[in-house]
Amino acid sequence: MGLKENRREFIKKSVLATLSASLGTNIVFGKLIPDGYTPLFFEQDDFYKRFDKDKSMVILNDRPWNAEAQAHILDDKVTPASRMFVRNNGLIPQNIDANQWALTIDGESVVGKRTYTLDDLKKFPKQTYQLTLECGGNGRSEFDPPAKGNQWTIGAVSCAEWSGVRLKDLLDDVGLKNDAVYVGYYGKDTHLSGDPSKNPISRGVPISKAIMDETLVAYEMNGEAIPLVHGFPLRLVAGGWPASVSGKWIDRLSVRNKVHDGAKMGGSSYRIPCETVEPGTKVLDENMCIIESMPIKSVITYPKSGALLNQGQSLRLRGHAWAGELKVKDVEYSIDFGATWNPCILQNPVNRLAWQHWNAKINFPEKGYYEVWARATDENGTSQPMILPGWNPKGYLNNACHRIAVKVT
Amino acid sequence: MDDKKLNKVLSQITFLVRTIVVTLTLLVTLTILLASGALDTLLPRNDLDVKESKTQEIVDGIHIETGLIDSPGLQLVIQNCTNCHSSKLISQNRMNLAGWSSTIKWMQETQNLWDLGDNEAVILEYLASNYAPKKKGRRANLENIEWYELE
Repeated sequence: MGLKENRREFIKKSVLATLSASLGTNIVFGKLIPDGYTPLFFEQDDFYKRFDKDKSMVILNDRPWNAEAQAHILDDKVTPASRMFVRNNGLIPQNIDANQWALTIDGESVVGKRTYTLDDLKKFPKQTYQLTLECGGNGRSEFDPPAKGNQWTIGAVSCAEWSGVRLKDLLDDVGLKNDAVYVGYYGKDTHLSGDPSKNPISRGVPISKAIMDETLVAYEMNGEAIPLVHGFPLRLVAGGWPASVSGKWIDRLSVRNKVHDGAKMGGSSYRIPCETVEPGTKVLDENMCIIESMPIKSVITYPKSGALLNQGQSLRLRGHAWAGELKVKDVEYSIDFGATWNPCILQNPVNRLAWQHWNAKINFPEKGYYEVWARATDENGTSQPMILPGWNPKGYLNNACHRIAVKVT
Repeated sequence: MDDKKLNKVLSQITFLVRTIVVTLTLLVTLTILLASGALDTLLPRNDLDVKESKTQEIVDGIHIETGLIDSPGLQLVIQNCTNCHSSKLISQNRMNLAGWSSTIKWMQETQNLWDLGDNEAVILEYLASNYAPKKKGRRANLENIEWYELE
Protein backbone atom coordinates (compact mmCIF):
# COMPACT_ATOMS: atom_id res chain seq x y z
CA MET A 1 0.00 0.00 0.00
CA GLY A 2 1.48 3.33 -1.04
CA LEU A 3 1.82 6.29 1.25
CA LYS A 4 -1.01 8.09 -0.47
CA GLU A 5 -3.34 5.09 -0.33
CA ASN A 6 -2.51 4.49 3.26
CA ARG A 7 -3.17 8.05 4.24
CA ARG A 8 -6.39 7.91 2.25
CA GLU A 9 -7.40 4.79 4.15
CA PHE A 10 -6.77 6.56 7.42
CA ILE A 11 -8.49 9.74 6.37
CA LYS A 12 -11.52 7.88 5.01
CA LYS A 13 -11.98 6.15 8.32
CA SER A 14 -11.39 9.11 10.51
CA VAL A 15 -12.85 11.91 8.47
CA LEU A 16 -16.43 11.49 9.62
CA ALA A 17 -15.38 11.11 13.21
CA THR A 18 -13.24 14.17 13.21
CA LEU A 19 -14.83 16.53 10.74
CA SER A 20 -17.12 18.01 13.35
CA ALA A 21 -14.12 18.74 15.52
CA SER A 22 -11.07 20.57 14.27
CA LEU A 23 -9.92 18.20 11.57
CA GLY A 24 -6.22 19.01 11.32
CA THR A 25 -5.71 19.06 15.05
CA ASN A 26 -7.20 15.64 15.54
CA ILE A 27 -5.10 14.10 12.83
CA VAL A 28 -1.98 15.72 14.19
CA PHE A 29 -2.65 14.58 17.70
CA GLY A 30 -3.77 11.16 16.52
CA LYS A 31 -6.07 11.03 19.52
CA LEU A 32 -9.03 9.49 17.79
CA ILE A 33 -7.71 6.23 16.58
CA PRO A 34 -10.39 4.35 14.69
CA ASP A 35 -10.54 0.58 14.76
CA GLY A 36 -8.41 -0.99 12.08
CA TYR A 37 -6.47 2.18 11.53
CA THR A 38 -3.26 1.35 9.71
CA PRO A 39 -0.50 3.29 11.35
CA LEU A 40 2.26 5.03 9.45
CA PHE A 41 5.63 3.38 9.40
CA PHE A 42 9.04 4.64 8.66
CA GLU A 43 11.49 4.21 5.90
CA GLN A 44 14.43 2.29 7.27
CA ASP A 45 15.97 1.45 3.93
CA ASP A 46 15.97 5.10 3.20
CA PHE A 47 17.73 6.21 6.36
CA TYR A 48 21.16 5.81 4.80
CA LYS A 49 20.25 7.72 1.65
CA ARG A 50 18.26 10.48 3.31
CA PHE A 51 20.83 11.28 5.91
CA ASP A 52 23.88 10.21 3.89
CA LYS A 53 24.91 7.58 6.44
CA ASP A 54 27.44 4.78 6.33
CA LYS A 55 25.78 1.39 5.69
CA SER A 56 27.37 0.04 8.87
CA MET A 57 25.39 2.41 11.07
CA VAL A 58 22.84 0.46 13.14
CA ILE A 59 19.29 1.81 13.34
CA LEU A 60 17.87 1.50 16.85
CA ASN A 61 14.69 3.45 16.29
CA ASP A 62 12.93 4.87 13.26
CA ARG A 63 10.41 7.15 14.96
CA PRO A 64 12.16 9.14 16.24
CA TRP A 65 15.32 8.36 14.27
CA ASN A 66 18.09 6.91 16.43
CA ALA A 67 21.16 5.14 15.06
CA GLU A 68 24.63 4.33 16.28
CA ALA A 69 28.01 3.59 14.77
CA GLN A 70 29.87 0.31 15.28
CA ALA A 71 33.26 0.56 16.94
CA HIS A 72 35.24 -0.21 13.78
CA ILE A 73 33.65 2.60 11.77
CA LEU A 74 34.72 5.15 14.38
CA ASP A 75 38.35 4.76 13.30
CA ASP A 76 38.61 8.26 11.75
CA LYS A 77 40.42 10.81 13.90
CA VAL A 78 37.66 13.32 13.15
CA THR A 79 34.28 11.63 12.86
CA PRO A 80 32.73 12.22 9.43
CA ALA A 81 29.00 13.07 9.34
CA SER A 82 28.26 9.70 7.73
CA ARG A 83 29.52 7.85 10.82
CA MET A 84 28.12 10.10 13.50
CA PHE A 85 25.42 8.65 15.73
CA VAL A 86 21.90 10.04 15.45
CA ARG A 87 19.93 10.70 18.60
CA ASN A 88 16.53 12.33 18.25
CA ASN A 89 13.85 12.83 20.85
CA GLY A 90 11.28 14.22 18.43
CA LEU A 91 10.68 14.64 14.71
CA ILE A 92 13.21 16.41 12.53
CA PRO A 93 12.05 19.89 11.46
CA GLN A 94 11.25 20.31 7.79
CA ASN A 95 11.53 23.04 5.20
CA ILE A 96 14.16 24.96 7.10
CA ASP A 97 15.01 28.29 5.50
CA ALA A 98 18.39 29.30 6.88
CA ASN A 99 17.88 32.84 5.59
CA GLN A 100 14.84 33.20 7.81
CA TRP A 101 16.44 31.49 10.82
CA ALA A 102 16.85 33.55 13.97
CA LEU A 103 18.23 32.80 17.40
CA THR A 104 16.56 34.62 20.26
CA ILE A 105 18.31 34.93 23.59
CA ASP A 106 15.88 35.70 26.40
CA GLY A 107 15.05 34.56 29.93
CA GLU A 108 14.79 35.95 33.45
CA SER A 109 18.49 36.71 33.62
CA VAL A 110 19.19 38.67 30.44
CA VAL A 111 19.42 42.46 30.57
CA GLY A 112 17.29 42.57 27.43
CA LYS A 113 16.06 40.05 24.87
CA ARG A 114 18.10 39.92 21.63
CA THR A 115 17.54 38.17 18.32
CA TYR A 116 20.31 37.24 15.88
CA THR A 117 20.08 36.08 12.28
CA LEU A 118 22.66 33.58 11.04
CA ASP A 119 24.48 36.45 9.33
CA ASP A 120 24.55 38.34 12.63
CA LEU A 121 26.09 35.31 14.33
CA LYS A 122 28.73 34.95 11.65
CA LYS A 123 29.98 38.46 12.43
CA PHE A 124 31.24 37.25 15.81
CA PRO A 125 34.73 35.69 15.86
CA LYS A 126 34.55 32.17 14.43
CA GLN A 127 35.92 29.44 16.68
CA THR A 128 36.70 25.87 15.69
CA TYR A 129 37.16 22.91 18.05
CA GLN A 130 37.05 19.14 17.84
CA LEU A 131 34.50 18.18 20.47
CA THR A 132 33.58 14.77 21.82
CA LEU A 133 29.84 14.21 22.00
CA GLU A 134 28.66 11.03 23.66
CA CYS A 135 25.07 10.09 24.36
CA GLY A 136 24.45 9.81 28.11
CA GLY A 137 22.91 6.38 27.43
CA ASN A 138 25.79 4.98 25.35
CA GLY A 139 26.25 1.40 26.61
CA ARG A 140 22.74 1.21 28.10
CA SER A 141 22.11 -2.20 26.50
CA GLU A 142 24.33 -3.93 29.05
CA PHE A 143 22.54 -2.91 32.24
CA ASP A 144 20.85 -5.56 34.38
CA PRO A 145 18.01 -5.15 35.24
CA PRO A 146 17.57 -3.60 31.81
CA ALA A 147 17.09 0.14 31.56
CA LYS A 148 14.38 1.71 29.46
CA GLY A 149 15.17 3.59 26.26
CA ASN A 150 17.21 3.12 23.10
CA GLN A 151 19.55 0.20 23.66
CA TRP A 152 22.84 1.84 22.66
CA THR A 153 25.89 -0.44 22.66
CA ILE A 154 29.20 1.38 22.07
CA GLY A 155 28.67 3.62 19.05
CA ALA A 156 26.79 6.65 20.40
CA VAL A 157 29.93 8.77 20.46
CA SER A 158 31.63 11.09 17.98
CA CYS A 159 34.32 13.70 17.76
CA ALA A 160 33.69 16.07 14.88
CA GLU A 161 35.11 19.50 14.21
CA TRP A 162 32.57 22.17 15.11
CA SER A 163 32.72 25.83 14.14
CA GLY A 164 30.65 28.73 15.31
CA VAL A 165 30.43 31.54 17.80
CA ARG A 166 31.33 31.15 21.45
CA LEU A 167 28.20 31.12 23.57
CA LYS A 168 30.16 33.33 25.97
CA ASP A 169 30.52 36.01 23.27
CA LEU A 170 26.78 35.99 22.68
CA LEU A 171 25.98 36.14 26.38
CA ASP A 172 28.40 39.07 26.75
CA ASP A 173 26.67 40.79 23.86
CA VAL A 174 23.22 40.27 25.38
CA GLY A 175 24.33 41.15 28.90
CA LEU A 176 23.49 38.94 31.87
CA LYS A 177 22.11 39.80 35.29
CA ASN A 178 23.97 38.61 38.36
CA ASP A 179 21.40 35.92 39.12
CA ALA A 180 22.01 33.88 35.92
CA VAL A 181 22.20 30.16 36.74
CA TYR A 182 21.54 28.14 33.60
CA VAL A 183 21.16 28.44 29.83
CA GLY A 184 18.30 26.36 28.42
CA TYR A 185 17.84 25.67 24.71
CA TYR A 186 14.75 25.34 22.57
CA GLY A 187 14.84 23.67 19.14
CA LYS A 188 12.50 23.40 16.18
CA ASP A 189 12.01 19.64 16.36
CA THR A 190 8.44 18.56 17.05
CA HIS A 191 7.04 16.29 19.73
CA LEU A 192 6.24 12.73 18.64
CA SER A 193 2.58 13.26 19.48
CA GLY A 194 2.49 16.26 17.12
CA ASP A 195 1.33 18.45 20.00
CA PRO A 196 2.82 21.89 19.22
CA SER A 197 2.64 22.88 22.89
CA LYS A 198 5.17 20.18 23.82
CA ASN A 199 8.94 20.28 23.37
CA PRO A 200 10.57 16.91 22.62
CA ILE A 201 13.62 18.04 24.57
CA SER A 202 14.81 21.32 26.08
CA ARG A 203 17.95 20.94 28.14
CA GLY A 204 21.00 23.11 28.68
CA VAL A 205 24.07 23.93 30.72
CA PRO A 206 24.92 25.79 33.91
CA ILE A 207 26.52 29.21 33.36
CA SER A 208 29.95 27.83 34.33
CA LYS A 209 29.82 25.45 31.33
CA ALA A 210 28.11 28.01 29.08
CA ILE A 211 31.00 30.48 29.38
CA MET A 212 33.76 27.97 28.63
CA ASP A 213 35.81 28.78 25.53
CA GLU A 214 34.80 25.53 23.84
CA THR A 215 31.04 25.91 24.31
CA LEU A 216 29.77 26.95 20.88
CA VAL A 217 26.65 27.99 19.07
CA ALA A 218 27.80 26.12 15.99
CA TYR A 219 26.80 26.67 12.38
CA GLU A 220 29.38 24.34 10.79
CA MET A 221 30.44 20.74 11.29
CA ASN A 222 33.62 19.43 9.64
CA GLY A 223 33.89 22.64 7.61
CA GLU A 224 30.41 22.47 6.11
CA ALA A 225 26.91 23.52 7.09
CA ILE A 226 25.68 21.18 9.84
CA PRO A 227 23.79 18.22 8.29
CA LEU A 228 20.03 18.42 8.85
CA VAL A 229 19.91 15.35 11.08
CA HIS A 230 22.63 16.84 13.30
CA GLY A 231 20.95 20.19 13.87
CA PHE A 232 21.06 22.41 10.76
CA PRO A 233 21.37 25.35 10.83
CA LEU A 234 22.32 25.97 14.47
CA ARG A 235 23.42 23.68 17.27
CA LEU A 236 24.56 24.29 20.79
CA VAL A 237 27.72 22.22 21.26
CA ALA A 238 29.00 21.53 24.76
CA GLY A 239 31.68 18.84 24.45
CA GLY A 240 32.35 16.34 27.23
CA TRP A 241 28.81 16.46 28.58
CA PRO A 242 25.91 14.16 27.66
CA ALA A 243 25.20 15.00 24.01
CA SER A 244 21.58 15.84 24.91
CA VAL A 245 22.98 19.10 26.27
CA SER A 246 24.05 20.01 22.73
CA GLY A 247 20.62 21.02 21.45
CA LYS A 248 19.87 20.77 17.73
CA TRP A 249 17.93 23.14 15.44
CA ILE A 250 18.04 25.78 18.17
CA ASP A 251 16.13 29.04 17.72
CA ARG A 252 16.05 30.15 21.34
CA LEU A 253 18.36 30.19 24.31
CA SER A 254 16.86 31.14 27.62
CA VAL A 255 19.12 32.44 30.38
CA ARG A 256 17.47 31.24 33.55
CA ASN A 257 17.72 32.38 37.16
CA LYS A 258 17.30 28.74 38.23
CA VAL A 259 18.21 25.30 36.92
CA HIS A 260 16.44 25.07 33.55
CA ASP A 261 13.14 23.20 33.80
CA GLY A 262 12.59 22.25 30.14
CA ALA A 263 11.60 18.84 28.81
CA LYS A 264 13.94 16.01 29.92
CA MET A 265 15.58 18.09 32.64
CA GLY A 266 13.65 16.29 35.39
CA GLY A 267 12.55 12.82 36.44
CA SER A 268 14.97 10.09 35.42
CA SER A 269 15.98 11.84 32.17
CA TYR A 270 19.72 12.38 31.96
CA ARG A 271 19.83 12.09 35.75
CA ILE A 272 21.27 9.44 38.03
CA PRO A 273 20.73 8.65 41.70
CA CYS A 274 22.59 11.26 43.80
CA GLU A 275 23.57 8.37 46.09
CA THR A 276 24.51 5.06 44.47
CA VAL A 277 21.79 2.40 44.62
CA GLU A 278 21.40 -1.36 44.44
CA PRO A 279 20.47 -2.55 40.90
CA GLY A 280 16.74 -2.31 40.27
CA THR A 281 16.02 0.22 43.01
CA LYS A 282 13.15 2.65 42.48
CA VAL A 283 14.54 6.14 43.01
CA LEU A 284 12.40 9.16 43.83
CA ASP A 285 12.75 12.21 41.56
CA GLU A 286 14.10 14.35 44.37
CA ASN A 287 16.96 11.89 44.85
CA MET A 288 18.11 12.15 41.23
CA CYS A 289 20.95 14.45 40.12
CA ILE A 290 21.70 15.88 36.66
CA ILE A 291 24.61 14.27 34.79
CA GLU A 292 27.31 16.80 33.98
CA SER A 293 30.78 15.73 32.76
CA MET A 294 30.87 12.28 31.14
CA PRO A 295 33.21 9.64 32.62
CA ILE A 296 36.52 8.26 31.31
CA LYS A 297 36.03 5.89 28.38
CA SER A 298 37.76 4.41 25.35
CA VAL A 299 36.92 2.45 22.23
CA ILE A 300 38.97 0.06 20.09
CA THR A 301 38.38 1.15 16.50
CA TYR A 302 40.92 -1.16 14.83
CA PRO A 303 40.76 -4.02 14.22
CA LYS A 304 37.11 -4.93 13.98
CA SER A 305 36.15 -7.61 16.50
CA GLY A 306 36.57 -11.13 15.08
CA ALA A 307 40.10 -10.87 13.66
CA LEU A 308 41.82 -14.18 12.80
CA LEU A 309 45.62 -13.98 13.04
CA ASN A 310 48.37 -16.42 12.21
CA GLN A 311 50.73 -17.37 14.97
CA GLY A 312 53.62 -14.89 15.02
CA GLN A 313 51.56 -12.18 13.31
CA SER A 314 51.52 -9.01 15.41
CA LEU A 315 48.45 -6.85 15.80
CA ARG A 316 48.35 -3.08 15.45
CA LEU A 317 45.64 -1.97 17.86
CA ARG A 318 44.23 1.55 17.90
CA GLY A 319 41.33 3.66 19.09
CA HIS A 320 40.26 6.80 20.92
CA ALA A 321 39.83 7.75 24.57
CA TRP A 322 38.00 10.66 26.20
CA ALA A 323 37.18 11.76 29.73
CA GLY A 324 34.42 14.39 29.74
CA GLU A 325 35.90 17.63 31.07
CA LEU A 326 39.18 15.92 31.88
CA LYS A 327 42.22 14.83 29.94
CA VAL A 328 43.08 11.17 29.42
CA LYS A 329 46.35 10.31 31.11
CA ASP A 330 46.91 6.66 30.13
CA VAL A 331 45.49 3.94 27.97
CA GLU A 332 46.43 0.30 28.49
CA TYR A 333 45.44 -2.96 26.88
CA SER A 334 45.10 -6.50 28.24
CA ILE A 335 44.99 -9.82 26.38
CA ASP A 336 44.44 -11.91 29.51
CA PHE A 337 41.13 -10.59 30.82
CA GLY A 338 42.75 -7.90 32.93
CA ALA A 339 45.32 -10.10 34.70
CA THR A 340 48.09 -7.97 33.19
CA TRP A 341 47.98 -4.58 31.48
CA ASN A 342 50.36 -3.08 28.93
CA PRO A 343 50.73 0.59 28.03
CA CYS A 344 49.51 2.09 24.75
CA ILE A 345 51.00 5.12 23.02
CA LEU A 346 48.62 8.00 23.76
CA GLN A 347 48.44 11.30 21.88
CA ASN A 348 47.52 14.64 23.38
CA PRO A 349 44.12 16.05 22.41
CA VAL A 350 44.03 18.50 19.48
CA ASN A 351 42.21 20.82 21.87
CA ARG A 352 40.48 20.48 25.24
CA LEU A 353 37.38 18.22 25.05
CA ALA A 354 38.59 16.43 21.89
CA TRP A 355 39.10 12.68 22.11
CA GLN A 356 42.67 11.37 22.16
CA HIS A 357 44.08 8.75 19.82
CA TRP A 358 46.07 5.77 21.07
CA ASN A 359 47.71 2.71 19.59
CA ALA A 360 49.70 -0.37 20.55
CA LYS A 361 51.46 -3.30 18.92
CA ILE A 362 50.50 -6.67 20.36
CA ASN A 363 52.34 -9.97 20.04
CA PHE A 364 50.32 -12.98 21.12
CA PRO A 365 52.32 -15.62 23.01
CA GLU A 366 50.46 -18.68 21.69
CA LYS A 367 47.49 -19.93 19.70
CA GLY A 368 44.00 -19.53 21.08
CA TYR A 369 41.01 -17.30 21.71
CA TYR A 370 41.80 -13.87 23.08
CA GLU A 371 39.85 -10.84 24.09
CA VAL A 372 41.71 -7.58 23.74
CA TRP A 373 40.51 -5.14 26.36
CA ALA A 374 41.32 -1.41 26.45
CA ARG A 375 41.31 0.64 29.64
CA ALA A 376 41.79 4.41 29.89
CA THR A 377 42.65 6.46 32.97
CA ASP A 378 41.86 10.16 33.40
CA GLU A 379 44.14 12.87 34.78
CA ASN A 380 42.69 12.31 38.27
CA GLY A 381 43.68 8.64 38.21
CA THR A 382 40.18 7.26 37.67
CA SER A 383 40.07 4.27 35.30
CA GLN A 384 37.33 2.53 33.39
CA PRO A 385 35.81 -0.45 35.21
CA MET A 386 35.98 -3.89 33.55
CA ILE A 387 32.47 -4.76 34.69
CA LEU A 388 29.39 -2.55 34.58
CA PRO A 389 29.58 0.57 36.71
CA GLY A 390 26.80 1.61 39.10
CA TRP A 391 23.29 0.73 38.00
CA ASN A 392 20.92 3.64 37.53
CA PRO A 393 17.25 3.65 36.47
CA LYS A 394 17.81 4.89 32.90
CA GLY A 395 21.09 3.10 32.26
CA TYR A 396 23.41 6.06 31.81
CA LEU A 397 27.20 6.31 32.02
CA ASN A 398 28.24 2.76 31.18
CA ASN A 399 31.96 3.29 30.69
CA ALA A 400 33.02 -0.32 31.15
CA CYS A 401 36.09 -1.32 29.11
CA HIS A 402 35.53 -2.03 25.43
CA ARG A 403 36.86 -5.37 24.17
CA ILE A 404 37.21 -7.24 20.89
CA ALA A 405 37.56 -10.93 20.08
CA VAL A 406 40.75 -12.21 18.40
CA LYS A 407 41.78 -15.75 17.48
CA VAL A 408 45.36 -16.78 16.81
CA THR A 409 45.53 -19.93 14.65
CA MET B 1 -50.66 34.80 11.69
CA ASP B 2 -50.63 37.74 9.25
CA ASP B 3 -48.92 37.71 5.87
CA LYS B 4 -46.07 39.81 7.15
CA LYS B 5 -45.28 37.41 9.96
CA LEU B 6 -45.67 34.41 7.64
CA ASN B 7 -43.27 36.00 5.14
CA LYS B 8 -40.74 36.58 7.87
CA VAL B 9 -40.97 32.97 9.09
CA LEU B 10 -40.77 31.68 5.50
CA SER B 11 -37.67 33.76 4.79
CA GLN B 12 -36.06 32.52 7.99
CA ILE B 13 -36.79 28.92 7.01
CA THR B 14 -35.39 29.53 3.51
CA PHE B 15 -32.22 30.99 5.03
CA LEU B 16 -31.86 28.04 7.36
CA VAL B 17 -32.37 25.49 4.57
CA ARG B 18 -29.88 27.35 2.37
CA THR B 19 -27.30 27.38 5.16
CA ILE B 20 -27.77 23.66 5.73
CA VAL B 21 -27.46 22.87 2.00
CA VAL B 22 -24.32 24.99 1.65
CA THR B 23 -22.74 23.46 4.78
CA LEU B 24 -23.56 19.93 3.66
CA THR B 25 -22.17 20.58 0.19
CA LEU B 26 -18.97 21.92 1.72
CA LEU B 27 -18.68 18.93 4.04
CA VAL B 28 -19.26 16.43 1.24
CA THR B 29 -16.75 18.22 -1.02
CA LEU B 30 -14.16 18.27 1.76
CA THR B 31 -14.76 14.59 2.46
CA ILE B 32 -14.34 13.69 -1.22
CA LEU B 33 -11.24 15.84 -1.52
CA LEU B 34 -9.70 14.29 1.58
CA ALA B 35 -10.59 10.76 0.54
CA SER B 36 -9.10 11.33 -2.91
CA GLY B 37 -5.88 12.55 -1.41
CA ALA B 38 -6.16 15.89 -3.20
CA LEU B 39 -5.52 17.78 0.03
CA ASP B 40 -2.63 15.60 1.13
CA THR B 41 -0.11 18.35 0.62
CA LEU B 42 -2.08 20.66 2.92
CA LEU B 43 -2.22 18.21 5.78
CA PRO B 44 0.51 18.24 8.38
CA ARG B 45 3.01 15.44 7.91
CA ASN B 46 6.66 14.86 8.39
CA ASP B 47 8.16 13.35 5.28
CA LEU B 48 11.48 12.65 6.94
CA ASP B 49 9.85 10.55 9.58
CA VAL B 50 6.99 8.84 7.78
CA LYS B 51 6.69 5.70 5.71
CA GLU B 52 3.76 3.69 4.47
CA SER B 53 2.66 0.41 5.98
CA LYS B 54 3.31 -2.49 3.62
CA THR B 55 1.96 -5.78 4.83
CA GLN B 56 0.54 -7.75 7.71
CA GLU B 57 2.92 -10.58 6.83
CA ILE B 58 4.08 -12.89 9.64
CA VAL B 59 7.30 -14.91 9.19
CA ASP B 60 8.68 -17.23 11.89
CA GLY B 61 6.37 -15.67 14.46
CA ILE B 62 7.49 -12.12 13.68
CA HIS B 63 5.23 -9.45 12.20
CA ILE B 64 7.49 -8.35 9.36
CA GLU B 65 6.42 -4.72 9.09
CA THR B 66 7.00 -3.92 12.76
CA GLY B 67 9.40 -6.65 13.83
CA LEU B 68 7.08 -7.38 16.76
CA ILE B 69 6.36 -10.91 18.03
CA ASP B 70 3.11 -12.38 16.71
CA SER B 71 1.09 -13.11 19.83
CA PRO B 72 -2.39 -12.21 21.16
CA GLY B 73 -2.66 -8.42 21.44
CA LEU B 74 -0.26 -7.67 18.55
CA GLN B 75 -2.80 -5.62 16.59
CA LEU B 76 -3.78 -3.59 19.65
CA VAL B 77 -0.12 -2.86 20.30
CA ILE B 78 0.40 -1.76 16.71
CA GLN B 79 -2.67 0.45 16.81
CA ASN B 80 -2.00 2.09 20.13
CA CYS B 81 1.77 2.09 20.50
CA THR B 82 3.27 2.71 17.05
CA ASN B 83 1.31 5.85 16.29
CA CYS B 84 3.75 8.19 17.99
CA HIS B 85 6.88 6.08 18.23
CA SER B 86 8.48 3.22 16.36
CA SER B 87 7.81 -0.44 17.16
CA LYS B 88 11.58 -0.62 17.64
CA LEU B 89 11.22 1.24 20.91
CA ILE B 90 9.14 -1.72 22.10
CA SER B 91 11.20 -4.56 20.67
CA GLN B 92 14.53 -3.26 21.98
CA ASN B 93 13.25 -2.91 25.54
CA ARG B 94 12.65 -5.53 28.25
CA MET B 95 10.41 -4.94 31.27
CA ASN B 96 8.19 -6.87 33.62
CA LEU B 97 4.48 -6.12 33.93
CA ALA B 98 5.01 -3.38 36.50
CA GLY B 99 7.69 -1.79 34.34
CA TRP B 100 5.56 -1.75 31.18
CA SER B 101 2.61 -0.50 33.21
CA SER B 102 4.56 2.44 34.60
CA THR B 103 5.88 3.20 31.12
CA ILE B 104 2.32 3.43 29.81
CA LYS B 105 1.37 5.62 32.75
CA TRP B 106 4.35 7.88 32.05
CA MET B 107 3.34 8.19 28.38
CA GLN B 108 -0.21 9.05 29.42
CA GLU B 109 0.94 11.66 31.91
CA THR B 110 3.59 13.32 29.80
CA GLN B 111 3.45 12.18 26.18
CA ASN B 112 -0.22 12.55 25.19
CA LEU B 113 -0.95 8.82 25.10
CA TRP B 114 -4.69 8.28 25.23
CA ASP B 115 -6.68 6.20 27.72
CA LEU B 116 -6.32 2.59 26.61
CA GLY B 117 -9.50 1.42 28.36
CA ASP B 118 -10.05 -2.34 28.38
CA ASN B 119 -7.24 -2.74 25.88
CA GLU B 120 -4.64 -1.85 28.48
CA ALA B 121 -4.74 -5.26 30.16
CA VAL B 122 -4.33 -7.06 26.82
CA ILE B 123 -1.47 -4.76 25.78
CA LEU B 124 0.30 -5.20 29.12
CA GLU B 125 -0.02 -8.97 28.92
CA TYR B 126 1.42 -8.90 25.40
CA LEU B 127 4.38 -6.73 26.43
CA ALA B 128 5.18 -8.46 29.70
CA SER B 129 5.06 -11.96 28.24
CA ASN B 130 6.89 -11.23 24.96
CA TYR B 131 9.32 -8.56 26.11
CA ALA B 132 10.29 -9.66 29.61
CA PRO B 133 13.75 -9.02 31.10
CA LYS B 134 16.48 -11.62 30.78
CA LYS B 135 19.35 -11.90 33.25
CA LYS B 136 22.50 -10.47 31.72
CA GLY B 137 24.85 -10.45 34.67
CA ARG B 138 27.64 -7.96 35.18
CA ARG B 139 29.31 -8.56 31.79
CA ALA B 140 28.16 -10.94 29.05
CA ASN B 141 30.27 -13.08 26.71
CA LEU B 142 31.11 -11.55 23.34
CA GLU B 143 28.57 -13.04 20.99
CA ASN B 144 27.70 -13.09 17.28
CA ILE B 145 31.34 -12.65 16.35
CA GLU B 146 31.94 -12.56 12.59
CA TRP B 147 35.39 -14.09 12.17
CA TYR B 148 37.57 -12.81 9.32
CA GLU B 149 41.22 -13.15 8.27
CA LEU B 150 43.16 -10.03 9.24
CA GLU B 151 45.76 -9.11 6.62
